[in-house]
Amino acid sequence: MSALPRASDLGVIGCHVCRLVSSDPFDHDHPDHAGHGDVATCPRCGSALHRRKAASYSRSWALLIAAFMMYIPANLMPIMRTASLNDIDDNTILSGVVELWTKGSPDLAVIVFTASIVVPMLKFLVLGTLLITSQRGTDWARPQRAKLYRLVELIGYWSMLDVFVVSLLTALVRFNVLSLVEPLPGVIFFGLTVVLTMFASMTFDPRLIWDGRETHE
Amino acid sequence: MSTTPHDALMICEHCDTVYRRRVLTRGDVAKCARCQAILERHHGLSRNAMLALVLTAMIMFVQANIWPIVTLGLNGQENSATLWGTIIAMWQQDAKVVSVLAAATLFFFPLVKMISIGWLLLFARSGRRAPGFVPMMVTLHYVGPWTMSEVFVLGALVAIVKARVYFDVIAEPGIYAYAVLTLLITVFASVDLRSLWELTSEKPA
Repeated sequence: MSALPRASDLGVIGCHVCRLVSSDPFDHDHPDHAGHGDVATCPRCGSALHRRKAASYSRSWALLIAAFMMYIPANLMPIMRTASLNDIDDNTILSGVVELWTKGSPDLAVIVFTASIVVPMLKFLVLGTLLITSQRGTDWARPQRAKLYRLVELIGYWSMLDVFVVSLLTALVRFNVLSLVEPLPGVIFFGLTVVLTMFASMTFDPRLIWDGRETHE
Repeated sequence: MSTTPHDALMICEHCDTVYRRRVLTRGDVAKCARCQAILERHHGLSRNAMLALVLTAMIMFVQANIWPIVTLGLNGQENSATLWGTIIAMWQQDAKVVSVLAAATLFFFPLVKMISIGWLLLFARSGRRAPGFVPMMVTLHYVGPWTMSEVFVLGALVAIVKARVYFDVIAEPGIYAYAVLTLLITVFASVDLRSLWELTSEKPA
C-alpha cells in the first residue's frame, strides 16, 4: 500500500453530496455486506453511495458525443439575424467574433473567441482524452490530467456567453422596420452544446484517472 | 480496519485519497498530496458575516431584476431590457430552449440558492439545523454549478459594445446591480457550504 491510502484500501466510502466518510457497505469485510446492484445510502444526507459515479464512462461518452453533434450545427448555422431597412445580416459564432474584432473592441473579441470557440473545443479534447486514457488505465501524466479536469469544470459554463449576448440583443434591438435582431437556430444548438458538455464533465468521475495500474510509486 | 473515527477523516473528491482532518488556521488551504485538488480551505467569514452577505446579494438581486439593464436609442426611439424582458423576448422569438435556460440559470437557480443559503445560515448562527436542512443541502449541491449571473454580466458588456456601433447606448442601474452581485458571488465561491454539515448539530431546530 502506498503512503497515501485510498478509500477502498481502508474500507471507507465518501458521500458524493455531503462528503461524509462512512464504512464502505460494498466492502467484503463489512458486517452487512451490500452486494452488486444493492443500493446503499449515506447515513447523513440519504444520497445513494457509490464508490465511483454510476456508469461514468458510458454516460460521459454519450453526453460528450451528443454535445459534439449539437456543436456542428451550432457553428455552421447562424445564431443571430440583424435586419435593417435594406439589409439582412446573419451572423454565425465565428463571424460575430470577427465583427466584434473589426468594429468594436479586439480585447472583447478575444474574450468571446475564448468563451465560444476555445472553451468548447478544449472541453471536447480534454474530456475525450481523459475518457480514453482512464479507460486504458494508464498512469501517464496523472497529476496533469487531474488538473485539466478541474480546469474544464471551472471554465465550462462561461461558454454560455454568446447565448446571453444574442438574448440581450434580441430584447434590446426592436426598432420595428429600422432595426431588428432575431435569434436563429444556431444559438439553440449552441446552448444545448454547453449544457450537454457540462453534464458530460459532471458525469465523468475524476477518481477514475487514478484507478488504473501504477507502474512506479 | 482503521482505528480513527470516521468523522475525523476526509476523502479527496478528485482521487479518493483518505486524510485525517486537520484544524486550519487563517489563510490555510489543505491540498491533496496525490492530485493537488483543494480539500478544504479556511475562510475568515463568520456565519453572521455570510448571512449579511447573502442578504446583500438578495437586495442586489431584486435591484438587478427590476431595473432595466441597458437602454438603446435610435433616431429618438428608445428601447430598454430587463432580465425578464430578455427571457420573454427569447420565448416569443421561438428560442424557447434558450429562454428556459436563461430563466433557470439567471433567475430561478440563483434565487433558490440565495434563499436556501440564507435560511440555513439563519439557524446555523446558533449551531442549529434549519427545518428542511437535509433536502436543502442536497438541493444546493445539485443546483451549485448551474447559476450563471457572472457570465450574464460579461454578456451584457459584449452586447453593449456590439450595439454601440449602431445605437446610442445608456447603461441602466440593473447593470450596476449585476456587477455588485458578481463581486458577491466571487466572495462566496471560496466558501464550501458543506462545512455546515459539521458546524450544526444533528438535532433539528
